[in-house]
Amino acid sequence: MNYQLDYLDQLESEAIYIMREVAGQFERPALLFSGGKDSITLVRLAEKAFRPGKFPFPLVHIDTGHNFQEALDFRDSLVKKLDEKLVVRHVADTIKEKKLTEPVGKFASRNALQTYTLLDVIEEFKFDALIGGARRDEEKARAKERIFSVRDEFGQWDPKRQRPELWNIYNGKIQKGENVRAFPISNWTELDVWNYIRREKMELPSIYFAHERECIEYQGQLIATSPFIKREAGDKILKKKVRYRTVGDMTCTAAVESEATAIDDIVNEIIATNISERGETRIDDKVSEAAMEDRKKNGYF
Amino acid sequence: MDILRFITAGSVDDGKSTLIGRLLYDSKSIMVDQIDAIKSHGKNKLNGTLDLSLITDGLRAEREQGITIDVAYKYFSTPKRKFIIADAPGHIQYTRNMVTGASNANLAIILIDARNGVEEQTMRHTLIASLIGIPHIVVAINKMDLVGYSQDVFNNIVIDYTAATKSLNLKEVKYIPLSALLGDNIVDRSTNMPWYESDPLLHYLETVKIQNDINYTDARMPVQYVIRPQTEKLHDYRGYAGKIMSGGYKRGDAVTVLPSGLESKIKAIESGGVEVAEAYALQSVVLHLEDDIDVSRGDVIVKSENKPIVSQDLEVMMCWMDTKPLLPGNKYFLQSNSKVVRSMVKEIEYKLNVNTLEKQFASEEIRLNDVFKATIKTSSPIAFDSYKKLRSSGSAILIDETSNVTVAACMIQ
Ligand SMILES: Nc1nc2c(ncn2[C@@H]2O[C@H](COP(=O)(O)OP(=O)(O)O)[C@@H](O)[C@H]2O)c(=O)[nH]1
Repeated sequence: MNYQLDYLDQLESEAIYIMREVAGQFERPALLFSGGKDSITLVRLAEKAFRPGKFPFPLVHIDTGHNFQEALDFRDSLVKKLDEKLVVRHVADTIKEKKLTEPVGKFASRNALQTYTLLDVIEEFKFDALIGGARRDEEKARAKERIFSVRDEFGQWDPKRQRPELWNIYNGKIQKGENVRAFPISNWTELDVWNYIRREKMELPSIYFAHERECIEYQGQLIATSPFIKREAGDKILKKKVRYRTVGDMTCTAAVESEATAIDDIVNEIIATNISERGETRIDDKVSEAAMEDRKKNGYF
Repeated sequence: MDILRFITAGSVDDGKSTLIGRLLYDSKSIMVDQIDAIKSHGKNKLNGTLDLSLITDGLRAEREQGITIDVAYKYFSTPKRKFIIADAPGHIQYTRNMVTGASNANLAIILIDARNGVEEQTMRHTLIASLIGIPHIVVAINKMDLVGYSQDVFNNIVIDYTAATKSLNLKEVKYIPLSALLGDNIVDRSTNMPWYESDPLLHYLETVKIQNDINYTDARMPVQYVIRPQTEKLHDYRGYAGKIMSGGYKRGDAVTVLPSGLESKIKAIESGGVEVAEAYALQSVVLHLEDDIDVSRGDVIVKSENKPIVSQDLEVMMCWMDTKPLLPGNKYFLQSNSKVVRSMVKEIEYKLNVNTLEKQFASEEIRLNDVFKATIKTSSPIAFDSYKKLRSSGSAILIDETSNVTVAACMIQ
């Protein structure tokens, strides 16, 4: 008998193990659900970890108000099918309550303001652990993050104070007020996620597949036209066949030109690409080389 | 396709970052925007050519100090394997970082600068690799271009290394002469060293046999979580969720729950929500037992015919990982898989000089990066195997009760 597990099975089993550790070690965990492929993958893994029982945590979505409608619709239908609890909190409400200043500019992104809403929802529900879909291959700062990553009361990450993480032993002990961010798919790459989606025949929001869209071409990137970005006279508006590699805010996620209408086509495109996921699709990371690191330190996921 | 996890170890400037950069670059795992970022980085050391070592350069805090202080994970794959590199560099905290990176590794690449030969650091890295029980070791003799690609230099280092590490009983050592900078013997066999007729590094990494690293004999499944839907339809459903760390289980197997010692039989096994007749190491499953006995998180389900040790007294090799020294008599949480108990470090038998492999019996204070043998008493019995036999059930960590920090890695003897 061939006992050897395929690499996707190994990654899956590790992720399930991490989720069950969260469920076993914490009193009030939550799963941060963005509507993107990584968090949809987390939901599938949670089903494998806890069915036929209920998830031992609610799904939490921080809604920036700048989401793709397709992603929101998908979220709602998924939650309905799952019959699990969804908590939605709106960045717009936080802005009003806390009198925060809306960012300005052409692609004014609420990405940084999400942190405030996130910290509020942690406080509101007294969450002690948040499961997220970050992967270490995404970016340099993430490459060093633990699978269980301790945050202080301000949600801050201190790269110098990380606990050593040995074997498969996850130390989730925290002080009151602190919380842990847990990343079950840390060891997955973008291609692993797509291969898993293909294998599991998972559904995804339609914007991951090639479709016609009106875009602004801006510094070599394609950004969908939407009420959330400022149009200017010189804007080059084009109709293109595009898909999204990541699904974030409409203001800071760029589309890629593509003909890929099925998962197989996407996997082939990913294998052939020579630009990283973040490099191609995130507008906000280019600002400074250490952009992500700075945001993480301030409590961003 | 499977997964190989490896770690790279070397003294500063042996070429570790260059080697990792080279592997990523040559396997086309570095994207053009990442290369652009490297190019735009001010501190490009080599004029004109791409400094591959910058690929593994990490956080800004580290960049500012010009050193890497923590474990970073890197990924690449070839059609044969997915690779996970734990890049565990650092100066002062080296032992701690290497132990962390090594704990999940199948293989260690130990770099030697061909000009310097076997150094004190080489011994330290090899000792840690052997202590953590990394099954495969590659001794990468780097910078061969700087010694005229000399076969004699290579051979002498092989002889020195073999002699120096004899007492460690290393299982499998592969020696490869390289130039990480120029790419000799990385992907293709180097034309500069026709005398080396074996595998280039990448080919070796792709083909080294790792199936036997997993133990399929001694069945151990720590319970992580109990699934009890308590709905009308699933009123009596009670499943023990966990990952099989070693061995395997079949329906009907006689099992014992430890440390309680309660016995039962396996009624059903589920994997991914589907019932299966058997399951084996590394799978995450749900086990159902015939009898309604008390099982909770932290318990281990084993086959009754093959039990681990159950005891409150442990002899352990430890690596201290905290900046606060160990105070004998202090209490710590001990966590092994999903089990957490209180414990006390009782006696320190000896400290190991990680450079010379000598035991030091004088009772000095145990500080950050010290490797030592000690006895631990736990507040209640735990089930374990010796680390040498089963890495997964012989490993544990100590957690400071007041700061919650992980302070030690423990390998139970
Ligand atoms: N000539 C030569 N130089 C090398 C080789 N590998 C690394 N170097 C150089 O040695 C220096 C230190 O390398 P680096 O990768 O930063 O070492 P690390 O400290 O081990 O990560 C750099 O200047 C590299 O360019 C090699 O195979 N040949």
